[in-house]
Amino acid sequence: MKREFKGRNVVAGSVQAEAVVSGNGMNTLATFQKSILAKKKTVVGSDQNNADLYKKEITGKALCLPRTIGSTTGGMVLQSAASLGLAPKAMLFSEGIDSIGAAGVILSDVWTVNKIVTVDGLGQEFLDYVKDGMIITVKEDGTVIVE
Amino acid sequence: MDYKMYLTEEEKAILNGEKGDVMAKVMKSLVMYGEVFNAKRMVPINAPSHFVTSFGISIMKAVFDIMDEINNEGITTIDKFTVDPRPLDYANVKCNPLEKLVFGIMYGKQDDYEEQLRKTGLKDSNAFSCTCYMNEVGNIPKKGDILSWAESSAVVYANSVIGARCNRNSALIEMFGAILGKVPEFDLLTDEGRKATWIIEVRTSKKPEAQVLGSAIGMKVMSEVPYIKGLDKFIGKELNDKAKDYLKDMGAATASNGAVGLYHVENLTPEAVEQKEELIREKAKVYVIDDAEMERVKKSYPVIWKNKDAKPTRCFIGCPHLSYNQLVEWTDRMTKELEKQGKKKVSMETVFTAAPDVVEHFKKNKEYYERIVSYGVKISSICPLMYMNNPICAKRAVVTNSNKLRTYTTSRYFTDEEITSIAVRGDIAR
Repeated sequence: MKREFKGRNVVAGSVQAEAVVSGNGMNTLATFQKSILAKKKTVVGSDQNNADLYKKEITGKALCLPRTIGSTTGGMVLQSAASLGLAPKAMLFSEGIDSIGAAGVILSDVWTVNKIVTVDGLGQEFLDYVKDGMIITVKEDGTVIVE
Repeated sequence: MDYKMYLTEEEKAILNGEKGDVMAKVMKSLVMYGEVFNAKRMVPINAPSHFVTSFGISIMKAVFDIMDEINNEGITTIDKFTVDPRPLDYANVKCNPLEKLVFGIMYGKQDDYEEQLRKTGLKDSNAFSCTCYMNEVGNIPKKGDILSWAESSAVVYANSVIGARCNRNSALIEMFGAILGKVPEFDLLTDEGRKATWIIEVRTSKKPEAQVLGSAIGMKVMSEVPYIKGLDKFIGKELNDKAKDYLKDMGAATASNGAVGLYHVENLTPEAVEQKEELIREKAKVYVIDDAEMERVKKSYPVIWKNKDAKPTRCFIGCPHLSYNQLVEWTDRMTKELEKQGKKKVSMETVFTAAPDVVEHFKKNKEYYERIVSYGVKISSICPLMYMNNPICAKRAVVTNSNKLRTYTTSRYFTDEEITSIAVRGDIAR
């Protein structure tokens, strides 16, 4: 069933991608570092504490999550992933975005050519509804369609 | 760009490119950052900055490109800054030829990056530590100072133990704030943002292990502000060096296992002493931590060694870096354990890590320094986390007393007491 959610644009854009979902906060450094350092062509979640994302592909996906957590290198890690073409296509936050996540998507937007379309405040209902593999369409106005 | 926050004429001019394209991008990044959090204005910082990015990993080209843009314009930070520890120390942390080869490739940009840092305003060649707030290092803000820092363990320490004001800034954002001399005002920079939404009731039968307590709190409250009750019973009501060391380690675990940027400890941390329970918001949630909860949290840590029964080959103590007093305490702890086990040296490569200036201080205490070195323990200023972050080191069976190191690497966590025994005996089995 198709459902629509409305959030706030952090980095506006329109994009379509498959969902990958983290029910808990994503530790950006722990999730991205292994694949980036090993120069992999796609990022596969490497955070031992995040069973939802562990060993799952993140590059090119619509990453659905409540917030990011962990090291303050997180923003730089996201920006580096974006510049290498390894970032998710979209980051969709059920809660208000956190400062490290915000820095990552802003740095990608201002300093690289590969932006990460980002919407926050989509609500817990969004996170409860969306499942891995669902198709997500993000519109310029912050509308997120899940099907 | 569209923005709602108030900008001064000078700030608008920078944003519009009157001080060049690079400064405009610096300003744009900070304004966008502030807009996301409904900041009403930019506020001046009043203490030097601390940066989190200390490592020249070749793959982080995007970061080096930004540094080049900044250096090429001759842009510097307003004050000299400190930065996280270096990722390598061949003299004190042994590498086999393969590891050395991998490090050479992986950190091939280290010298270039350090040169970029120097051009940007690095304090000095000893300024590499995650504990910049140690007396020996000297990057110590005052209560109420507005900061542009990153490094999660340093930010949570500055906010909580010192009472300075800093958001959990990301790498690069902290540098932009240090260059501009201003940061957007929101969240932990405001009185309202510093109020607690969680009450933590510590009801353990003995002093809780700092690293596990911090981990439990971090995993529960995530990015919210906890007000911790019952801890002063174990660590006292005086913010002395011993209490600060405990809070340093506990805070690092809250920040890495969750995203805590500020905590208050009843009767101990400056704002909790001044404002008491007025710091707690109405309807704050409550989390009780007793012996069973501590045990549950500790048991939840997965062991991700390839061979779970492997004999550990290396032990890291000091993430975040140890203080001078902790180096002294760990020396005494090792002495006691060696005597107990009837040994003269540790049985695995054991590395204590501390800031370069703290190590220099410790070396002046000849009795202790020579004693710990005679046990075979190495003292380094390396960042164990960055050292471990590669496929070769990740395969090693490494033990640590750091919950932060456990979170970001394949290392296995043990309490202070357990790890002392393991380092001396050489294996985990009792």
